Amino acid sequence: MYLSKIRVTLRKSILDPQGKAVERAIASLGIGAITDVRMGKYIELRVDGPTEAHARESTEKICKQLLANPVMEDYHFELEKI
Amino acid sequence: MIETAIKFGVVVFPGSNCDHDAYYVCKHILHQEAEFLWHKDADLKDVDVVILPGGFSYGDYLRCGAIARFSPVMKEVMRFAEEGGLVLGICNGFQVLLEAGMLPGVLLRNRSLQFVCKHVLVRVENAETRFTNQCSEGQVLEIPIAHGEGNYFTDSDTLLSLERNKQIVFRYCDHSGKLEDAANPNGSLANIAGIINEQGNVLGMMPHPERASDPVLRHTDGRKVFVSIIDSFVSHTVGQSLISTHSGGR
Repeated sequence: MYLSKIRVTLRKSILDPQGKAVERAIASLGIGAITDVRMGKYIELRVDGPTEAHARESTEKICKQLLANPVMEDYHFELEKI
Repeated sequence: MIETAIKFGVVVFPGSNCDHDAYYVCKHILHQEAEFLWHKDADLKDVDVVILPGGFSYGDYLRCGAIARFSPVMKEVMRFAEEGGLVLGICNGFQVLLEAGMLPGVLLRNRSLQFVCKHVLVRVENAETRFTNQCSEGQVLEIPIAHGEGNYFTDSDTLLSLERNKQIVFRYCDHSGKLEDAANPNGSLANIAGIINEQGNVLGMMPHPERASDPVLRHTDGRKVFVSIIDSFVSHTVGQSLISTHSGGR
């Protein structure tokens, strides 16, 4: 069994107004020198399968076909044996 | 006008909330036939036109329209569109069409981060589609919008091909029809409010034509979209291979 820890983030070329709003809020906290705030999604799922390669393949497929929209988002994931 | 009524099918996803408005306009304002199409049924009930209505299908979970595209009814809608059937996606319906890959691009969060609900003006960029044949090119229509994610985006190559093929059907504009940034309610690329596929049978738009169709509500510009669709069946019964190949066509 593997635990997939998936991060979906807006692609660099896409303006992230939500990140900008949070950035402004951070500035109003009085904490300086904070830039490039980007918002994203974090998803965890368990893959019950024999090998890491199998878990990787399944996770890739899920990310590509559902969790991320390639026009605007990138995804990254790590696998943890559990 | 034609004597035989066109049969509109309005898809109902959990969270659709403009389905009844669309049904009402088709059935009671334009006196056509209308059916609701439940998302779990892989049956389009022999309709001539499919409407994907506005709302928050599947709670907008993950991304707007992302889950809806996997519903049984959508597989049929995709097949229907491939065979040339007319599909109109309004607001959330537009988002579903993009997620399903039936139209290119995405709808991002509004530039302002706010949900914007107001009347806007859109310019008809292409009046030769089956959804706009009752308009004239450059005509300014007043139709309401109500969305939080309507900020159209695509890569520059796709934008170029949309422009070249006249696939941009509506753009946000000011009263004189100018494409000012101030007239762009959500930050959409090139002021895009609605696009059509290359084949010309699938249209997605953020404005709600069904909310501007009943004279009681004073604004009736949206009606032009529905009347165009109905009218297109008259001019398409002859010499249009697309529609005659699907069984529901008439």
